[in-house]
Amino acid sequence: MSDYEFRGYRRSNGRVGIRNHVIILPLDDLSNAAAEAVAHNIKGTMALPHAYGRLQFGEDLELFFRTLIGTGSNPNVAACVVIGIEPGWTNRVVDGIAATGKPVAGFAIEGHGDLNTIAAASRRAKEFVQWATELARETCPINDLWVSVKCGESDTTSGLASCPTVGNLIDKLDPLGATTCFGETTELTGAELVCAERAATKDVSRKFMETFQAYQDIVNRHKTNDLSESQPTKGNIAGGLTTIEEKAFGNLQKIGRTTKFIDVLKPAEAPAKGPGLYFMDTSSAAAECITLQAAAGFVVHLFPTGQGNIIGNPIEPVIKLTANPKTARTMSEHIDLDVSGLLRRQMTLHVAGGFLIEVMLRTCNGRLTAAEALGHREFVFTKLYPSA
Amino acid sequence: MATHYIVHDKADSVGVVVVEDMQPGTDVTGWIMETDETTTILALDAVPLGHKIALRDVKTEETILKYGHDVGRAIADIPAGRHVHTHNLKTKRW
Repeated sequence: MSDYEFRGYRRSNGRVGIRNHVIILPLDDLSNAAAEAVAHNIKGTMALPHAYGRLQFGEDLELFFRTLIGTGSNPNVAACVVIGIEPGWTNRVVDGIAATGKPVAGFAIEGHGDLNTIAAASRRAKEFVQWATELARETCPINDLWVSVKCGESDTTSGLASCPTVGNLIDKLDPLGATTCFGETTELTGAELVCAERAATKDVSRKFMETFQAYQDIVNRHKTNDLSESQPTKGNIAGGLTTIEEKAFGNLQKIGRTTKFIDVLKPAEAPAKGPGLYFMDTSSAAAECITLQAAAGFVVHLFPTGQGNIIGNPIEPVIKLTANPKTARTMSEHIDLDVSGLLRRQMTLHVAGGFLIEVMLRTCNGRLTAAEALGHREFVFTKLYPSA
Repeated sequence: MATHYIVHDKADSVGVVVVEDMQPGTDVTGWIMETDETTTILALDAVPLGHKIALRDVKTEETILKYGHDVGRAIADIPAGRHVHTHNLKTKRW
């Protein structure tokens, strides 16, 4: 056993959360106003407004439900109120979340109007929040922790130091039974064969390459003469990154040097092969990627940044680290861990990885991240194609 | 001694500048992480923090190596000590 442990909330399905949110989850764009009204009425609850949920179909609709149900099912959520325009899909989400055993209630607006719905949902939200605030943290071993990683506004310092710091943490925690996840399918372009070699088996390697190629096909179908300053981003280029290949090798540092990934997940798909490192097929846009990872059940996120991405997530705390001394100086309120000492050769990667574990465990125990304190709650769905 | 640039792999054609005030015309010191060696080069440009400096003369169409891997192709001749960025290095993808 390791010395690493944290104090979390053990849910009835056995999973452990590090936050105790009562969320008000709109099924669709139309229900955002009612959800926000309930969250305003009942202190200690949080609404998660979003833009979708109408006239989606096929695989895109499945991903939508997986994301919404996964968000409510995340162990950082103690209880959940779902509000939708009509009862059919509202109840589909309620039933999906109820499978975790946590308290969940659904309300539909049609036939009642916003005001009656808000009143009924507020009464239930009040019961939930009073129940949730009596739940207590308990000491949990590190193998109860699910950790996701993704970097953003990367520059060359990301590949030199902040991404390798995350990789060092992964290499330290993988043998201890942590469940971890990386994604960003397009941001492996140029490093995909090196990444494929890090798969635990040939089958996983093949699955990764198929997933990678399918995303390349999307890019190739829609691109013009370039990726319109998206990949690498303007910020990446200002920070010294020149090509997608260079960015990809920096990105890949986040999975460490020895850890193998044991499966390839669809977007927002929960891991099912036990402890280990997973690759998830995601966009490389920060809010989309973290929303998908949170929906898959990951409870704490490690986010290396170079030029200073300020992303947060409503339910999964996002810990930011940077090795860029200028970013650490000019954007200090966004940074949870400064590892610029690595560039000055004032600390080793082993030491930096240890610092990151310490910051992560303090966050798990309840310390708010910079993004939480600043109110960053970016909740962004991935959409596969236009609605009907 | 201050480290002005860091090199991932001994085979790399470029290093990353990690200081905010690189002066052209001065000898600058680099650290190769893979082998823990120290190296020096004459800087010919004021390469900004995070940007790359050429560690050897590179010809047009030659592959640029970083992390010991192919990260693109030179689209101009790049003398050692010069700034390497979007004006002289392009992706081979997309």
